[in-house]
Amino acid sequence: MAIRTEPFVLNMGPVHPSTHGVYRMRATLDGEVVVDLEPVIGYLHRGVEKLAEERTYTGVIPLTDRLDYISSMSNNLAYVMAVEKLAGIKVPERAEYLRVIMAELQRICNHLIAVGSFFNDCGAYFTPFLHMYREREKIIDLFEMVSGQRLTYNYMRVGGVSQDIPEEFLPALDRFLAQMPRCIDEYDLFLKENEILLARSKGVGILTREKAINCSITGPVLRATGVKWDLRKADPYSVYDRFEFDIPTGSAGDCYDRYRVRIAEMRQSLRIIEQALKQLPSGPVRVEVPHLVRPPVGEAYAHIESPKGELAFYLVSDNSIAPYRCHIRPTSLLNLSALRDMAIGWKIADLIIIFGSIDICLGEVDR
Amino acid sequence: MVIVNPNVNLGNLPTLSPDWPGGFWWHWLLFTVIIIAVVIVMIMVNVYIARRQVGRMQSRVGPNRTGPFGIFQPLADALKVLLKEGIEPASIDRLIYWLAPVVAVVPVLLIFAVIPFTDGGMLADLNIGILYVVAISSISTVGTFMAGWASNNKFSLISAMRVIAAIVSYEMPVVLSIASVLLLVGSLSMNDIVLAQQDIPFILLQPLGFVIFFIAGLAEISRSPFDLLEADSEIVAGFFTEYSGIKFVLFYLVEYGEAFFFSCLITTLFLGGWRGPALPEWLWFIVKAVLVWFVIVWLWATLPRVRIDQLMALAWKFLLPLALINLIITAIQVLALPEGSWWVMIPVNFAVTAVLILLWSKLFKLGWGRVEV
Amino acid sequence: MTVALSAKEVAAKLEPKFPASIIESNKDSLLVKSESLFELISFLKTTPEFDFNYLSSITAVDYLDYFELVYHLTSMEHNHSLVIKTRCYGRGNPTVPSIVSLYEGANVQEREIYDLMGISFEGHPNMKRIFLWDGFEGHPLRKDYL
Repeated sequence: MAIRTEPFVLNMGPVHPSTHGVYRMRATLDGEVVVDLEPVIGYLHRGVEKLAEERTYTGVIPLTDRLDYISSMSNNLAYVMAVEKLAGIKVPERAEYLRVIMAELQRICNHLIAVGSFFNDCGAYFTPFLHMYREREKIIDLFEMVSGQRLTYNYMRVGGVSQDIPEEFLPALDRFLAQMPRCIDEYDLFLKENEILLARSKGVGILTREKAINCSITGPVLRATGVKWDLRKADPYSVYDRFEFDIPTGSAGDCYDRYRVRIAEMRQSLRIIEQALKQLPSGPVRVEVPHLVRPPVGEAYAHIESPKGELAFYLVSDNSIAPYRCHIRPTSLLNLSALRDMAIGWKIADLIIIFGSIDICLGEVDR
Repeated sequence: MVIVNPNVNLGNLPTLSPDWPGGFWWHWLLFTVIIIAVVIVMIMVNVYIARRQVGRMQSRVGPNRTGPFGIFQPLADALKVLLKEGIEPASIDRLIYWLAPVVAVVPVLLIFAVIPFTDGGMLADLNIGILYVVAISSISTVGTFMAGWASNNKFSLISAMRVIAAIVSYEMPVVLSIASVLLLVGSLSMNDIVLAQQDIPFILLQPLGFVIFFIAGLAEISRSPFDLLEADSEIVAGFFTEYSGIKFVLFYLVEYGEAFFFSCLITTLFLGGWRGPALPEWLWFIVKAVLVWFVIVWLWATLPRVRIDQLMALAWKFLLPLALINLIITAIQVLALPEGSWWVMIPVNFAVTAVLILLWSKLFKLGWGRVEV
Repeated sequence: MTVALSAKEVAAKLEPKFPASIIESNKDSLLVKSESLFELISFLKTTPEFDFNYLSSITAVDYLDYFELVYHLTSMEHNHSLVIKTRCYGRGNPTVPSIVSLYEGANVQEREIYDLMGISFEGHPNMKRIFLWDGFEGHPLRKDYL
């Protein structure tokens, strides 16, 4: 005879050790099994799109830093590309290469945090997380050399980058590139074949290809389902068409595959940075652009492959010093569209792991 | 076959004679206080070792500022938490909320009355020592469940349910592996168990029993990889989410006290207790207990945690059958082989362990996956 | 390289099937009537020649006389993209058909547009505010709000 049970609503509130920010989930649970999931967002809504209409085109760049505050360089890149498309500005070669180097370093940085947090959610008590933070510190030191900041870099400008790299940057970057492959192998040694990790994440939170494409999911989450779609190859921007790199894909679309895809992407980013360093030309890093840029009337949509997925800016200009409309495609918010379907039927512990493996940043969800 | 004569050392009173100044009861009071002080000091030593060791394993240093090499860190932490305000939510079940830490702590301290720190060096050399340990250690579970219930908090309730399920499930493999050791000893007294290991520690005679007892004991004291009972990345802090101040210190004491008594149990049952060549006996005991604690912290720092249904599957489908098989094999060996034939038992037992663990782990499914809703 | 399909050619292909739906088509984008938005996008999604299976983003812009909704569609198979626009008039409670049944990714984006711009979507399963709290009055991203 089955015991009569009653589902109850558990509020994994905005303040929770594992929700990667102020994200609230109202989970209906039957014992430990998730029966329904209702996300509630908006706790970090700062009205960035409205604020952008009050600032000059250059003044919006610090706002974009704080969208996905873990990967600021990518946000900057997407925005300035949109402005340049709108105004028809061509960026010098050296600036393009520097942008690519910064964007790929940012990708490595982001994936280090993503994989580290994933292990943390699985229960490995901060050990792999801190080892990955060791490498992240090196990348942040590099970023501090060029921009003076450790988190919100504000490095890209309309027409190039804000300043050239100092002399200590290239030797430090060479040292970093020399030891990073061994460090990634070390991370593989940690937990790749660990029984407990395989039992917790293989087959958990499966996302099918059709559902992923239908839910507008992009980034490593999409590639883990087997779809080989990466904007750096599908619609190359900046100078990505001059580099050779692969697009790692998974097959099962579960949490384990997403983690493997991120590790593989880190290795590919190292390849891109090495090639970019070899081809780095000399020259100016910025085109002469008036401080108060006035693009002609029109609109532009520029998208990049940020570490979390497709990040796009849609700008409408009415020939004034501020954008008429600045819309940000919320990568993380769309990546969360399938969370409910992925998590139903699993347990609370799996819900946390599935949520962590999507890798969102609340600044981008709420804007 | 019995390894040691069970008529030795039957239920003695402590070796100091009762004409100690003040008589028997002052003597008893002094040693009770001493044992509790030793336990608390050892818990602080364990906390310190854990933090330094976890720090080194995470390629950082660990506490090194409070006192030379940071040795006063646990003391500073304890003082800090004791001085904090005890915030109580308004809607708790007040009596049970206040009683829960007490019900959880007292059994943990009671167990140390029978742990043999040296030959006969314990507060009460009960001739049912190990039975007393198993019985009393289960009472603190009631305390944790009371805490989870009285907090009026769904996270605490989930954690309390998990605690009950896990502790009840893992009692069986623990008791069965202890029973296999007792077959070799012939007596329930803790001191006799150590005395029986004069030729060879039981870890070599009972490898399967040791493995089962270690894993099941880790689950009982809810340490990683089984720390889902208070998994702080999922359910905030589990059953002691709503506790702060002194009550939190008591639960912390429960957790580390249980871990310390578990290492003492392993030392007594499998590693030869206070036996050892040059050093004094109590020092050997402490060294072995700290070694076991080192391994426990190593597992904590490196392994992820299992899920609740995987935890239950591990107990019922893997550890329990293996513990039963171990018991049967040990019983056969005790009956069939002559006294002192440990050179036969050791390789046979190791071979049996390896074969069973490798085979059995392929045969069972670790938890079920997605449930149809 | 993702080819941005020329809207004029697409309009020419769509004209026979959806007469009087397409208002204007220039180099970049295709402007359609909001009543036939759902059928048009459904046709673009299901026809193998276009096969727009991926919705990049939905944006709403407030040009004080009207609101304009901009849909960016992409086909991963053929690697081409298209921009479709539609307009809705009136500041009171402008309404546009929802495409949630075609693309689940439109769910949160349409809720966001309702929350911040005030445009309702017919057929949306959960037309509630997403960022701002339920009792909030007004739609902040409109040009006449502050």
